[in-house]
Amino acid sequence: MERVNDLNKSPYAKSKSKKTLLKERIIKYFFTINSLVVIIIFTLIFVFLLQEGLKALDVIAIKDFVYKTVFENGEEGKLYQWYPTSEQPRFSLIPLILGSLLISIPATLISTVFGISVGIYLSEIASIKTREFLKPIIEIFAGIPTVVLGFFMLVVVASIFQDIFNPVNRLNAFLASIGLSFIIIPIISSLTEDAFNAVPKEIRMASYALGASKFQTVFRVLIPTAMSGLSASIILGFGRAIGETMIVLMASGNAAELSFELFRSARTMTATIAAELGEVSQDSAHYFALFFIGLVLFVITFILNMVAELILNRMRNKINY
Amino acid sequence: MRKVKIKVNELSVFFNFLQALNRVSIEIYGNKVTAIIGPSGCGKTSFLRTINRMNELIIGFRKKGEVLIDNINIYNNNIDVVNLRRLVGMVFQSSNLFPKSIYENLAFAPKIHGIKDQKIIDELIEETCTKAAIWEEIKDRLEVNALTLSAGQQQRLCIARALTIQPDILLMDEPASMLDPISTAKIEELIFDLKKKYTIIVVTHNMQQAARISDFTAFFYLGQLVEYDKTTKLFTNPSNKQTEDYLTGRFG
Ligand SMILES: Nc1ncnc2c1ncn2[C@@H]1O[C@H](COP(=O)(O)OP(=O)(O)OP(=O)(O)O)[C@@H](O)[C@H]1O
Ligand SMILES: [Mg+2]
Repeated sequence: MERVNDLNKSPYAKSKSKKTLLKERIIKYFFTINSLVVIIIFTLIFVFLLQEGLKALDVIAIKDFVYKTVFENGEEGKLYQWYPTSEQPRFSLIPLILGSLLISIPATLISTVFGISVGIYLSEIASIKTREFLKPIIEIFAGIPTVVLGFFMLVVVASIFQDIFNPVNRLNAFLASIGLSFIIIPIISSLTEDAFNAVPKEIRMASYALGASKFQTVFRVLIPTAMSGLSASIILGFGRAIGETMIVLMASGNAAELSFELFRSARTMTATIAAELGEVSQDSAHYFALFFIGLVLFVITFILNMVAELILNRMRNKINY
Repeated sequence: MRKVKIKVNELSVFFNFLQALNRVSIEIYGNKVTAIIGPSGCGKTSFLRTINRMNELIIGFRKKGEVLIDNINIYNNNIDVVNLRRLVGMVFQSSNLFPKSIYENLAFAPKIHGIKDQKIIDELIEETCTKAAIWEEIKDRLEVNALTLSAGQQQRLCIARALTIQPDILLMDEPASMLDPISTAKIEELIFDLKKKYTIIVVTHNMQQAARISDFTAFFYLGQLVEYDKTTKLFTNPSNKQTEDYLTGRFG
């Protein structure tokens, strides 16, 4: 007994008071419960999407999402068409996927060139004053309601493009690409800037002290070091381009054609859901098909985000030993 | 016989509102080793960085006064800073290797300075690494990421990398702070060797080291140059009370 008493007097023997314990517990539960709520809601959304989307496979054969076999004059043919309201509905996703790619790939390419240039300019070339002035202006673009941008493309830019490019359709894939670029450039440029800022300043100093010019420092030291960050920014930009709805709905013309031409109307997966879900009767094949598109979109963006996250982790490991 | 290589006139350095150097005037001699000593925060690194104009990369830097190398004011508007930094090499206080392979770290400077011949680059790398006493440890693994080396190995690699630009003046900021006695001895030998060709300024917190390797010593305190003299004189018979106190460990 005596030894126990002695131990209790030791400064090491101090145990947490009831008040501290209670406080810690409240803090812990507060954050845990909030996180759980968010996670549960997200899971429910995903489960709902999965359920409704997979029901489509009960009504529509998976082959029919690719093409519909038709017999005409005794000959067999394949129709790659999205025509869900026809008497013989056709549910091919190919024209929609093609439309999405035809719009988002050029948008990503344009945004990569401009976004990375702007990012490099902001982090390495611009003076502090210029940067503080320009950064918010560029970031505002990412925050403009997309319906406003879409409207602007539809009314103003479409007319300008009509004079310059003489497109097949006034509203076309290229117009939508440019519209998308307005929101993706800021995404890529700010992620590029982050990637460059993540390069320790000691490394920059080392390069300059070895007699490298700014140009050499950017291309031989900073870009290679920030490469993973740059790749991730492009992938995330592409993910946003695939998922964006309002601009493409307003500017692309929305014709679900099997076309590879930039200056023709095109229709994306997102615009299809947005345009048709309001009119479709619930529990019809068409209804489930739209959910299936949603599922496809979800999987695509999920994979893109995962890949970007993996690449970013690799970069962190490379810099921090 | 003694040739003035670097002449600093009334140099003051500011970082925003903080004054790091206060009207420093000093003449540094060519083909000699000059040691800079003084307590932490007294402006040693800031002083070194004015000689290759690295301070300019720091936000909020301002300076007054002038720095002349070979009688040319290196802060003149028409001076090419990139060229200046090819002539004035620097080993930083803490290792700052690129997150690239050992080889890429060493080949970086020769490549950007236009050496194309692979053989010349390889010879240069072996030569500088041997001088920096690191060659034996890395020659079989030039392809591994330089950041996986130990702190002392990284420090010696930084020295080797600084030598690859074949500078005219070499600034070394505590180049042996992480090294064991054997590597330290080798780096001191290197410094002794290099002064035949280069002008060297070494910052060190190790008084014995300053006494061993330098011809001249400058004692900085609170941003001011307190005393500057031949090393033998400054260490045995300092004329300033503050210098004496610092050397005998009474403050700092
Ligand atoms: N990058 C910087 N930004 C702002 N202030 C700085 C910077 N570098 C140095 N200073 C300031 O300048 C003063 C001198 O610093 P300096 O690094 O030259 O000291 P030092 O003598 O090299 O010290 P140490 O022996 O610890 O390396 C310090 O007060 C420091 O806070
Ligand atoms: Mg220092």
